[in-house]
Amino acid sequence: MALLRLILRNVLRQGLRSSLTVTGMAVAILAFCLLRTTVEAWYAGVAAASPNRLVSRNAVSLIFTLPLSYRQRILSVPEVTHVAYANWFGGIYIDEKHFFPRMAVGPSSFFDLFPEFRLSERQVKAFWTQRNGCIVGRKLVEKYRWKIGDTITLTGNIYPGEWRFVLVGVYDGATKSTDETQFFFRWDYLDEVVKKVLPSESGRVGWYIVQIASPNNAGTVSGAIDALFRSSLAETLTETEKAFQMGFVAMTEAIVVAVRVVSFVVIGVILIVLANTMAMTARERQPEYATFKTLGFGPGFLVTLIVGESMAIALLGGILGVGLSVPTADAFSKQVGPLLPVFHVHWKTMALSLGVSLAIGIAAAGLPAWRAVRIRIAEALGHVG
Amino acid sequence: MIDQDSQRSSRPIVLIKGLFKSYRRGVQEVPVLQGIDLTIEEGSFVALMGPSGSGKTTLLNLIAGIDGPDDGSLIVGGTDITGLTDAELARWRADHVGFIFQFYNLMPVLTALENVELPLLLQKLNRRQRREHALLALDLVGLVERVHHYPKELSGGQQQRVAIARAIVSDPLLIMADEPTGDLDKKSGEEVLDLLQQLNRDFGKTIIMVTHDPRAADKAGTVYHLDKGVLNNQ
Ligand SMILES: Nc1ncnc2c1ncn2[C@@H]1O[C@H](COP(=O)(O)OP(=O)(O)OP(=O)(O)O)[C@@H](O)[C@H]1O
Ligand SMILES: [Mg+2]
Repeated sequence: MALLRLILRNVLRQGLRSSLTVTGMAVAILAFCLLRTTVEAWYAGVAAASPNRLVSRNAVSLIFTLPLSYRQRILSVPEVTHVAYANWFGGIYIDEKHFFPRMAVGPSSFFDLFPEFRLSERQVKAFWTQRNGCIVGRKLVEKYRWKIGDTITLTGNIYPGEWRFVLVGVYDGATKSTDETQFFFRWDYLDEVVKKVLPSESGRVGWYIVQIASPNNAGTVSGAIDALFRSSLAETLTETEKAFQMGFVAMTEAIVVAVRVVSFVVIGVILIVLANTMAMTARERQPEYATFKTLGFGPGFLVTLIVGESMAIALLGGILGVGLSVPTADAFSKQVGPLLPVFHVHWKTMALSLGVSLAIGIAAAGLPAWRAVRIRIAEALGHVG
Repeated sequence: MIDQDSQRSSRPIVLIKGLFKSYRRGVQEVPVLQGIDLTIEEGSFVALMGPSGSGKTTLLNLIAGIDGPDDGSLIVGGTDITGLTDAELARWRADHVGFIFQFYNLMPVLTALENVELPLLLQKLNRRQRREHALLALDLVGLVERVHHYPKELSGGQQQRVAIARAIVSDPLLIMADEPTGDLDKKSGEEVLDLLQQLNRDFGKTIIMVTHDPRAADKAGTVYHLDKGVLNNQ
């Protein structure tokens, strides 16, 4: 198509200007992609939460524990199918910078509640046979190059001492949004040690994970569980896993808002840059536009010419930026590791970025196109003649 | 000089009566054309002369439907173009007028052939037909070996010949040329004028040309002088 050819040749015409603008556009879209992905990564736990899992924790605060005896009573609540528990271990591996979640979990049905952790039966079995066994997510194993049978030593902080674990299993996430950076070991092993060094904390769990028959009853079941322990020494607060995860994210909401704002600022800046480029280009080409008009080309043609060129530049940059975002996110993910455990550019983010690129292209061409349509031939040709 | 009486039988292609045009510069009204009467017969080659700023381009623009008059009637090719909207005028220009500019006004990103094809995008022609017509026009101006050259690879004279090919490719009623030799050396200017003369003589094209050059005027059949807003036949 002749018009398309004209648009593309116009893009290539000011090679340096176009390539600088395309580069700027690519960088902006890359930043946009990564910032959006950061926000998503922040909410990854929320997104991955299962609707038929509830979390019961101490109503006062997560740092207070609950008695193990609650498990049987929770199990008695109608609709409850499974109850597992976990303790936050904390601890240090190498040094504080090497952060990843470490949790003591039980009972032996624990992994049944988490079908998103793909594990072989054999490994689960090995875990429950080996007193100090541990199961770790794929990403973490790759990062530290651990192998099955390796001993991993953690220095306790909440639970003092040197803790040696033997790697018996590696789980893979069922989807890309599954956190593959968690470290699980056995709660009964933890409790065994705690009995000796911190007897008062023995027989206590950090939180319960409650599986329910149907997500529709989450509200009633939560209420029923909390009612069981009302006015006891340790009241519970039960909520959906999603709400529980959200509670963590809410603490850092301000950062997320800031990241979001920055992502739009980046877009705003590049919009201005492209609009400026287009305005400059269109001004230089006024006599050409006037010539087109003289020959009888209508406003639609000129608008297509200008908007098309702007969109081509924007889209080229957008595609480049989105293309770069994948390896960049990968590299970034390796760097931040478990801080943002699920860090990959979702196709929706890519689609959004390309959509934003197109919108930038159109918006940037608005003023120049309007001007070109409005120029009076006699005056514009006057610049030439 | 064409004997006007012997041409009476032929059809008038431009009929202008009492044409007025003024421009506003700030609060001041600058009268440019003050009651122009002009009849141009089909198939004539008219030169429009006059001092700089006398309104030659303005008159040409009015006849070509690029600008509108303040008053007067303007019938071109049987159409009262003062009554047309901007969109109708654009369509009318595409169908009936070929333009030749002082600075050629070719599209730098298009080859000679593509430049000549440009006006045909507005006609109901397919790709092949457009190509054929454009090649024919380029052949006529003697540039078939230069069809794939870009304007910057052509001399001024060659560029103006491409522009002439572009002006004739859609077989317009009228060819408007505003100082077509103004930017050319003597020899190239001569070639361009000969070409215009040939188009007029051999193909019966009606040409209205603005020029400062008395030699250019000599090539034309009729010469009009525009001065202080009025037209004098010479
Ligand atoms: N768009 C415009 N706005 C205001 N004044 C204009 C405009 N176009 C032309 N004029 C004025 O109208 C007068 C006639 O201009 P025009 O361009 O028709 O002259 P010209 O005879 O073609 O001159 P030249 O030989 O220098 O090309 C001049 O005084 C010019 O300044
Ligand atoms: Mg002029």
